[in-house]
Amino acid sequence: MIDLAFSKTLAESTQDLILEARLSLEQGSFTAIYGPSGAGKTTVLRIIAGLVTPDTGTIIVDGTPWFDTYQKRNIPPQLREVGFVFQESALFPNMTVEENLNYARSKSQNAKWVQDLMDLTEIASLKNRKPDTLSGGQKQRVSLARTLVRKPRLLLLDEPFSALDDEAKQGLQRMLHTLHKEMKLTTILVSHDMAEIMQMADRVIKLDHGKVVADGQPQKIFLQQGVSSKFVVTGTIVNIEANDITSIVTVAVQSNLVQVVIRSKESNQWQLGDRVMVASKAFNPILLKAHTAD
Amino acid sequence: MEWEALILTFKLAALTTIILLMAGLPIAYWLHQTKSILKPVFETLISMPLVLPPTVLGFYLLLAFSPNNALGAFLDQWFDIQLVFSFSGLVVASVVYSLPFMVHPLISGFKSIPTNLIEASQMLGKSNGNTLWHVQLPNMKPAILSGIVLSFAHTIGEFGVVLMIGGNIPGETKVASIAIYDAVESMSYMEAHQLSFMLFAISFALLIAVYTINKKHTNLLGK
Repeated sequence: MIDLAFSKTLAESTQDLILEARLSLEQGSFTAIYGPSGAGKTTVLRIIAGLVTPDTGTIIVDGTPWFDTYQKRNIPPQLREVGFVFQESALFPNMTVEENLNYARSKSQNAKWVQDLMDLTEIASLKNRKPDTLSGGQKQRVSLARTLVRKPRLLLLDEPFSALDDEAKQGLQRMLHTLHKEMKLTTILVSHDMAEIMQMADRVIKLDHGKVVADGQPQKIFLQQGVSSKFVVTGTIVNIEANDITSIVTVAVQSNLVQVVIRSKESNQWQLGDRVMVASKAFNPILLKAHTAD
Repeated sequence: MEWEALILTFKLAALTTIILLMAGLPIAYWLHQTKSILKPVFETLISMPLVLPPTVLGFYLLLAFSPNNALGAFLDQWFDIQLVFSFSGLVVASVVYSLPFMVHPLISGFKSIPTNLIEASQMLGKSNGNTLWHVQLPNMKPAILSGIVLSFAHTIGEFGVVLMIGGNIPGETKVASIAIYDAVESMSYMEAHQLSFMLFAISFALLIAVYTINKKHTNLLGK
């Protein structure tokens, strides 16, 4: 059981942001922290890890205080038994993949465990490679493996998949999901990807301007915020073709282009580059099996 | 040719560089990570040899080391060390004089390492010493090399400080730069030519080695 209750004032460019969190996390849970950028998501992880010191509060893990301003206690990051996967892989460039993992090994752990972990995370074939020769997905896979060498009590992931392409992302998400279950990890994932959260997390905490604004099962939280329409995607206007009566607006939604016909009278309220939601109310969208490369 | 002067120069440069490397690493590490309000004072002190005429530094060191003053007298009486007009004095003066040439590249080296590498090492339970030895130092090799070569080359090029504090004692304090001056004074241009060319060639070779290795390493790191 992990109990967090802290506050920290963050100096932002416009005004100071007061980050406040009061949470309890179950052993073995998979929690996602979701919210707009600048909401303080990463800082929450860094505070738990001990890389940032809160102004006031407590962090208690299984009854042991890691941080307590009242008792003036602050356990250094090295002793917190936390695994941290950074947004950029943070692999040591002077070491090979295997050396990166071996460096993480504590004196009491044997080399066999590193080998097993490399097999488990499917990086054994990369063991003699230096990080600069790896792809983004491979780097994050090694980074995850390296973090797991010490069998952390708490696994913290700071948008680890955000820079990856869909294929690499899905592979890693599946692996993380499996490892989380097999190693009985308590995991906190910072993410802005709704699909990723719904796929992996059993709880989502929504943060906005440093405050928890929603907390619960991902399905419930995300479905609450939906509009009444049946189908909504967000995209960017890339083209407006104005005619006499009707105009055609082309919206880029990820890698697809969607054309929407609007009345020309309305077309002057839209500009190229506007972020828009494309919603369909009358029709029922159909689902087709997507072909993925793996 | 005055081989003695040339050998003495390299002996001085080598000793100075070794001492500077050992002293420069902790100084640079401290300056890089400290949040002390005294940091600018130390940074300024270390950079002073860059802007001061060497004679100023030499003059103060001469005063400090003189047996008539407290420090000089203390060293003389307690340790039997005379730093004025001696090789040991030259080493001490060179260390002070070349300090920025070691410390500045090392600070840049520490700064060049992304914070998340250091944090990643901390999150793997590693002490600051472990992180320094296994992560920071191996990833700032070009900076260390720059510090070594610049200190070495700069010590070879010393003149004013050496003249002030060491004088011109053959085999003891008469380094190549002084020997060249001496040769010119006594109209032995041939000798001055030989020594000058040797110093030019060696300094050029050292610096070009640094630039070449740094370029290669920077390409390797993909920066």
